[in-house]
Amino acid sequence: MTERADLAVVGAGPAGLAAALAAAARGVRVILVDADGQAGGQFYRQPARALGARRPQALHHQWRTWERLRDGLEAHLAAGRITHLTDHHVWCVERKPGSSAREPASFAVHALRGPAQQEGVTVRAGAVLLATGGYERVLPFPGWTLPGVVTAGGAQAMLKGGLVLPGRTVVVAGTGPLLLPVATGLAAAGARVAALVESAGPKAAARRSPALAAHPDKLAEAVWYAGRLVRYRVRTLARHTVLEAHGAGRLEAVTVAALGRDGRVRPGSARRIRCDALAVGHGLLPHTDLAETLGCTLAGAAVRVDDEQRTDVPGVWAAGETTGVGGAALALAEGHIAGRSIAARLHGTAPDPRSWAAAARARDRGRAFSAALETVYAPAPGWADRITDDTVVCRCEEVTAGQVRTASGTLGADDPRTVKLLTRAGMGWCQGRMCAPAVAGLTGCPPSPGRRPFARPVPLGVLAALPDD
Amino acid sequence: MESARARPGPAFTVTFDGRALTALPGQTVAAALWAAGVTSWRSTRGGGRPRGVFCGIGVCFDCLVTVNGRANQRACLVPVRPGDVIRTQEGTGR
Repeated sequence: MTERADLAVVGAGPAGLAAALAAAARGVRVILVDADGQAGGQFYRQPARALGARRPQALHHQWRTWERLRDGLEAHLAAGRITHLTDHHVWCVERKPGSSAREPASFAVHALRGPAQQEGVTVRAGAVLLATGGYERVLPFPGWTLPGVVTAGGAQAMLKGGLVLPGRTVVVAGTGPLLLPVATGLAAAGARVAALVESAGPKAAARRSPALAAHPDKLAEAVWYAGRLVRYRVRTLARHTVLEAHGAGRLEAVTVAALGRDGRVRPGSARRIRCDALAVGHGLLPHTDLAETLGCTLAGAAVRVDDEQRTDVPGVWAAGETTGVGGAALALAEGHIAGRSIAARLHGTAPDPRSWAAAARARDRGRAFSAALETVYAPAPGWADRITDDTVVCRCEEVTAGQVRTASGTLGADDPRTVKLLTRAGMGWCQGRMCAPAVAGLTGCPPSPGRRPFARPVPLGVLAALPDD
Repeated sequence: MESARARPGPAFTVTFDGRALTALPGQTVAAALWAAGVTSWRSTRGGGRPRGVFCGIGVCFDCLVTVNGRANQRACLVPVRPGDVIRTQEGTGR
């Protein structure tokens, strides 16, 4: 099946929605392609409709903004300016170069439909916006593969989308601002949050305080979360880490310990906390696989964009966490700018940046704030040294830290790709998305781009059925 | 459920490894299993170790499960349907 539009937006989170609304309002015919059954992305993930949630805002922040986006989307859908393809999992975006100025480049966005993902759908468009968001980085530790150990964002997604909890007594651990809404959200939903274990220390935040204090709205948010933690009696252990998760067949307890400034565990500080769920995360990583396949240049781990949110591949824009993790407000600003830029460019005119000055200011502020946060919430030094040799690092292929160390030590592998060839770390279902940061940290190799031809597994029948053009 | 004041449609029955479980319309297979207190439904093909939801958003493939005879379904993405026969997936499931 083939659908056609002026613009294909991949991802219906804050960035994709803001872009689709801005472009559609300027006469662009948009197809919004998203893997979820409902718009919102991870930040505005909604309970499934059939669950009949009458107060979904209890699970959310900035509900008014969501209502504005949702109402805007519904108006454009009704008017036929936007088509929303839900449950469509994009596995590749192809660029067909233009033959002349009159016939510019065009794109084929290939997706798999429905939860079964056995049927291919192709969207053809003259421009593409990648708003593919991010996913969670989790660094391994002994016991992290036990059932009951979930990512912090995963626990939140299951709560927001399915109104379920991973267990009765939860420990939330790792590092980063995401841990605050996760801990308070789980507690509000009825879990006992036994501890919030954050490896960053308060001094790191104090050192960055001028940069952070420039964002009073974000400070107010932090104060609000602090109040919620007190209300739900969540004990916060700053500059602590989970050393090990224990259990036979499923999680029963975790051992946590205090960290010294050098990142070493303080002797005698280890203690055991009983829990049946551990929600753990060490920050977010941008989804860049579609951009990489298109040949877009990366800046560090994120897609590089110019002031208009254009990548260096003509016809391809990117917005939101895929261009750098910085939260929903930043994603909204970037999406809005991208949508206006795309509309102007598709109409053959030069966009006027003055028309999005407010969004550009929000973008600058958002990026400055996230840069300051990144230095506060870096994974605690020494994490790789605490991983025992028998700890599984690659969850799909069950490759241990010892095997990875042997590959880089005895066998001399000096990049993640060689480690992969020698050990199979990163060769399984998730294609290294879960283990790549750990392999990089264990071997001292810099992380390298994934270079995956497809963003997800594709049935051979779908590949075979693709037209030749 | 309470904080969001959910009023789901009528519950229905599915089986997990032959045991009857109650599920709600709108839930994914993973959510229905979590609600029933089940956290593992796969054993790894190397070590035979138990696994369940990890990332919750379809990225990690740790929650693979066999639904109505079809292996390798991501439980966190697949909606649960009345009468579903859900089985622990052993290894590659084939």
